[in-house]
Amino acid sequence: MKSMRATHFRATATPKFPRLRAPLVFGGLLVLLVGLLGRSLYLQRIDNAFLQEQGSSRYSREIDVPAHRGRIVDRFGDPLAISTPVKAVWAWPDQVVATPDQLRALAAALEMTPAALNQKLAQGGDFVYVKKPVAPEVADRAAALKIKGVHDETEYWRYYPGGEVMSHIVGFTGDHDVGQEGLELAQQSWLGGKQGSRRVIINRRGEIVEDVKSIRAPQEGRDLALSIDSRLQYLAFREIRAAVEANKARAGAAVMLDVKTGEVLALVNWPSYNPNNRIRATRDKMRNRALIDTFEPGSTLKPFTIAAALDAGKVRPSSIIDTAPGTLTIGRATIHDAHREGALTVEQVIQKSSNVGAAKIALSLPAETMWQTLSATGFGAAPMTGFPGEVSGRLRPAKSWRPIEQATMAYGHGISVNLVQLARAYTVFATDGELKPVSLLKVDGAIAGRPVISADTARAVRRMLEMVVLPGGTAPKAQVAGYRVAGKTGTAHKLEGHSYVDKYVSSFVGFAPASNPRLVIAVMIDEPAGGQYYGGAVAAPVFSSIMGAALRLLGVPLDAPIDNVVLPPDGTDLREET
Amino acid sequence: MITRINLLLLAALVVCALSLVTSRHHARKLFVDLEREQTLSRAYEVEFGQLQIEQSTWAMPARIEKIGREQLHMQLPATGRIEVLDRDRR
Repeated sequence: MKSMRATHFRATATPKFPRLRAPLVFGGLLVLLVGLLGRSLYLQRIDNAFLQEQGSSRYSREIDVPAHRGRIVDRFGDPLAISTPVKAVWAWPDQVVATPDQLRALAAALEMTPAALNQKLAQGGDFVYVKKPVAPEVADRAAALKIKGVHDETEYWRYYPGGEVMSHIVGFTGDHDVGQEGLELAQQSWLGGKQGSRRVIINRRGEIVEDVKSIRAPQEGRDLALSIDSRLQYLAFREIRAAVEANKARAGAAVMLDVKTGEVLALVNWPSYNPNNRIRATRDKMRNRALIDTFEPGSTLKPFTIAAALDAGKVRPSSIIDTAPGTLTIGRATIHDAHREGALTVEQVIQKSSNVGAAKIALSLPAETMWQTLSATGFGAAPMTGFPGEVSGRLRPAKSWRPIEQATMAYGHGISVNLVQLARAYTVFATDGELKPVSLLKVDGAIAGRPVISADTARAVRRMLEMVVLPGGTAPKAQVAGYRVAGKTGTAHKLEGHSYVDKYVSSFVGFAPASNPRLVIAVMIDEPAGGQYYGGAVAAPVFSSIMGAALRLLGVPLDAPIDNVVLPPDGTDLREET
Repeated sequence: MITRINLLLLAALVVCALSLVTSRHHARKLFVDLEREQTLSRAYEVEFGQLQIEQSTWAMPARIEKIGREQLHMQLPATGRIEVLDRDRR
């Protein structure tokens, strides 16, 4: 019975399933299983980046490794430009939620007036710097107020301890510490650091516990040593500034070169600007006139004409040139001397700066020969200092010279130069005829120059240039106590459009000590308007004070008695035009 | 015999595993220290830069000249008051 019932039960408990139900369910489960397997395979093997990243972000981070910009230092290693991290406090004005009290506290923390702060925030918009740069401690105090919408970030800020004295050479950096002017721009790839990054593992307190790998090694910026001597630079700056102000001039510049190495020891311009605070820096003030502006040099070019003639054997220092009656007519043009002289020796042509004499000497030369000398001394070609925007000046090819042009070029008109070029060209007289390469970067040891004129010619011209500063010459005011000085004045009419106007560029280029020259200094004063405009009256005294102080500072042995300075009686100054 | 060796190996394994954990921990601690020192060294570098700026600001020739002239009343002697000593002529 029992079994019967069981049998019965079994018979009744076994329902009649549709025939395909089991395979279908099995198939369905199989499909789901395959789907799951496929999905997991997909996530594990194929599209695993997202999950990997999510996973690793729980314990690892990619962090930036900062690299700072290299310093710029002077020849003794004193800093001229240094980057240091500062904070910038910025805000989203739309999102700032703060009580007036909080804002007052923020203003106090940032050392600004509440009104100035409100003005910044009232500008609206997305983003505004509340203040930058601020010292990290100050930014921390501001951050401690926890005002919504006010943030801070770290960035590098470049400081220029040399200020306006150095600004024209060093230049400055713009946003993100990238060079924008001067050597900061020219040497960007040397100075600039490249930020690196690395992947690390952090613990729950946010401390780094392990380096996983370096993604990019940081590349620190390298230091750049300039040829500039800070003390001489300041000295030259002080004198140029004083001279520009005393002569009510538009601008002035001076360049000092080391004769042995061709290094630029000082290069100054006035007007100048402070690179740490460029609010009032106009384009005009930022111009490095000594390198990116050209001018007609005037008489400072005469020694090169004479050197060309001496080298070609056309004249000797004692040859007589008749400059009477103080004028020379070529075609329709007439050349004038500022003061009438009669027969002059070649030496006296330089000493008294006679235009007629120089023109006559030039005309005795083939144009090609004169061009050769001028071109070989670096005129018409950029001085290759690597300074951005340096100009080459203008020296036209000899074939296109007409006689009048050759004559005016003899005394520095119809040719244009920059001040560094002019100073460099004088190294051929300061050495025994070698043109030195110029460098704004520090050079180790003496540098060989390129021979341009014969040693005899160089010595002969050097003697003539020494006569210029003696009584009877155009520049007694260039004399320096205790040292023999050689140099040449220039007073050039300025060219405006196509005609010469009654505005002048006064210049003096010279070197000392004459017995064994160490320094070449070129001084240029643009449009002196203080009554005096002759190079001997305006530029020569500047040369003298810079040269005297510089030689003293460098400890150069005296080569003349200390009471060697002999000034002619007042009113008997010899003047020159061009 | 085999069981005993296995037990010995198990014990060695446990010891090794534990020492791995401790040395790993130790390494991380050292690494944290290293990081801290490196951060410190960067901070000192920054401070050095700032001190250099400060030094060169104090040592500006313009400032030194001003102090020399105004506070110490220094001046260049006139030419007539300079005596030149010649080292070669004793």
